[in-house]
Amino acid sequence: MTQRDVIGTGSRLADGEWHRLHPATPVLKGGIALVAIVGVVIVNIRDIFINTVIGGDRRGEEYDPLVWIYEHEFAGLIALALLAGVLLFVGGFYVSWRMHRFRITDEQVEVQSGVVFRTNRRGRLDRIQGVNVSRPFLARLFGAAKLEVSVAGQNANVQLAYLRSAAVDELRREILLRASGTQSTAAKGTPLPGGVIGQRVAEFLGPELDPDAAPPESVVQMNLGRLMGSLLLSGFTVIIIGAIIALVVVTTTTREPFFLLGFVPAIIGMGGYYVSRFTRSLRYSIASTSDGIRVGFGLLSTSNETLPPGRIHAVQVSQPLLWRPAGWWEIKINRASNSSASGAAGQATTTILPVGNAEDTMRVLELVLPGLVDPAAIGLLERGMRSRGGDDGFTNSPKRARILRWFSWRRNGFAIVPGAVMFRTGSVWRELVVVPQARLQSLDLRQGPLLRRLGLASLAVHTVAGPVIARLGAIDRDDAVAAFAAIESAAVSSADIDTSHRWRMTVPQSTGPSTVPQPSVSQSTGLSTEPSPSTEPEQPGTAAGPPPPPLSPGAGYP
Amino acid sequence: MTNRLEIPNTEWRRVSPRYVVVDFVGTLVFAIVACAVTSIPAVLSGSVLLWAIPASLAVIFVITLALTPRRVRSIGYQLRDDDLLFRRGLMFQRFVAVPYGRMQLVDINRGPLDRAVGLSELKFVTAAAATGVVIPGLVAADAEELRDRLVQLAESRRAGL
Repeated sequence: MTQRDVIGTGSRLADGEWHRLHPATPVLKGGIALVAIVGVVIVNIRDIFINTVIGGDRRGEEYDPLVWIYEHEFAGLIALALLAGVLLFVGGFYVSWRMHRFRITDEQVEVQSGVVFRTNRRGRLDRIQGVNVSRPFLARLFGAAKLEVSVAGQNANVQLAYLRSAAVDELRREILLRASGTQSTAAKGTPLPGGVIGQRVAEFLGPELDPDAAPPESVVQMNLGRLMGSLLLSGFTVIIIGAIIALVVVTTTTREPFFLLGFVPAIIGMGGYYVSRFTRSLRYSIASTSDGIRVGFGLLSTSNETLPPGRIHAVQVSQPLLWRPAGWWEIKINRASNSSASGAAGQATTTILPVGNAEDTMRVLELVLPGLVDPAAIGLLERGMRSRGGDDGFTNSPKRARILRWFSWRRNGFAIVPGAVMFRTGSVWRELVVVPQARLQSLDLRQGPLLRRLGLASLAVHTVAGPVIARLGAIDRDDAVAAFAAIESAAVSSADIDTSHRWRMTVPQSTGPSTVPQPSVSQSTGLSTEPSPSTEPEQPGTAAGPPPPPLSPGAGYP
Repeated sequence: MTNRLEIPNTEWRRVSPRYVVVDFVGTLVFAIVACAVTSIPAVLSGSVLLWAIPASLAVIFVITLALTPRRVRSIGYQLRDDDLLFRRGLMFQRFVAVPYGRMQLVDINRGPLDRAVGLSELKFVTAAAATGVVIPGLVAADAEELRDRLVQLAESRRAGL
């Protein structure tokens, strides 16, 4: 059986055998460049064709190399050279495609690529931080999709670009299933009905969420008016208005209209920013699946990311000043890895809710902080977002801190709930940061001369790098010291009971009739929670699972 | 000075007094270079006003150098049951607590000055870049012993990322 057959029939990709990528991969990766080259060639040929048929006006054409070649009867030779070049090009792509293969075993995903310089990358499945499926516009036309397994660390992701679109959802499900601590026995793909064209149309128009793997409905519906409003009222708009005012003032005082010309590229850039933010967020969806939460973005180029439980290191709910009257909020998260798919439109994958009202925000918070279930904690979340401060469950700054926190001293405080730490700051730009205790890395207590005079201190919780920074300034010294001890002991004890690393091991639940949870997979992880995919072979101690097939090149196909 | 930060029930382990030499020489070299560089514009222009920059820098450095012994005494660490506690700073106090299970790796660095007096610097790295626990001025053998101890402790309390 050749690889083409495997790709064509939609057999399981996660069967431990070597597979190749979608045949259109070179075209899709070359993408725009290829389209441009073909376009140029077609335009040139059209001109020559018109000229030879109609015989038009020949002035100015003696410098056209194509015509020159034609008239000097080198055509045959040149055509031969061109043909050789094209063959070499296509052959190169073909060899590179043939050499690029991947396999997914029970413990890891492995990719081999390169013709001259061979690369072999393996990612341990129990270390995944997220699985991202993205479908750029061009790839969607070919029915292809890109799957990216993110692992902690810089540039440590394992990318499978491109695969057949229909098989990708299936593959993602299997990868998550294996990462969760269960083993799938015989999961079957459900092929879409209809011919090739019908399938493309169905894929293109179909909802981004895989119907059998996720509840069909996103918990948040993106509202067109709200999205536009949120963009117009963003901080970016304020900066633009400021820039325009400055520009007008400069132009009218100096009477030099040339200043305006310099700003044309900037204006185009700004327009691009708005359009991309808009189209990216328009089909936003977020839903809870059995393997974590799934966030989808994008209108023409879509991306769809699954974050397994326990991969969110910090959550920030914030409200820019201009959003206050409308009651909108934005949610950002910190995570150990970032998929490169943020390129879909420049909005980082760390923004998990671009804009939502209070109700949406609470629903998303429930998803990203599954540990916060008791009503007291949820009440604290609500008060953390909207309360003006006072005696409301948060330990706030004392009154003497008002010199440092003019407006927000009543609100500036922290709360420790089972499973999480909350920092509430800002009265003008309201912000609430929640850090799950099992994820926090270290704790920091500081005091400079000014804070010392006031009997205050500053407390910070360190998490993996990201847009969310959990630091709380100007709180009472004794409160800070007590919180330092309390958060530290909570961090230690919650890490002991944290099992999100293998999220299905403790609570075996089946997602379908074909899934049999097998808690016998014992995975011994080294002390070094190595962020990058390890390139060494089998870890001694990964006992379960069949031995991997031999590594000889070409294993699995003729 | 009742407002100073203190963690109750802690027995700080201090770093070697020899680290004063390392810190002093390091700061001195930096001070000389910084003063020399900032003096260049003053020398070239001959302006008296520009001398204010190297002069004020020199005053700051003299104070810093004078406080070196106290600053080194302020560095301390303690191996508690489940976490490593670290402190440093006189004027700007900083306390850091890291649960052992969060350790990613331990580094031991020895600069030329450290080597001259037989000291090492131990760096405790977690997944968060902000942790920044660097214990300087450990006697070389102690540093290696501490590293092995930390690795052992982390092994028994390891946690995923």
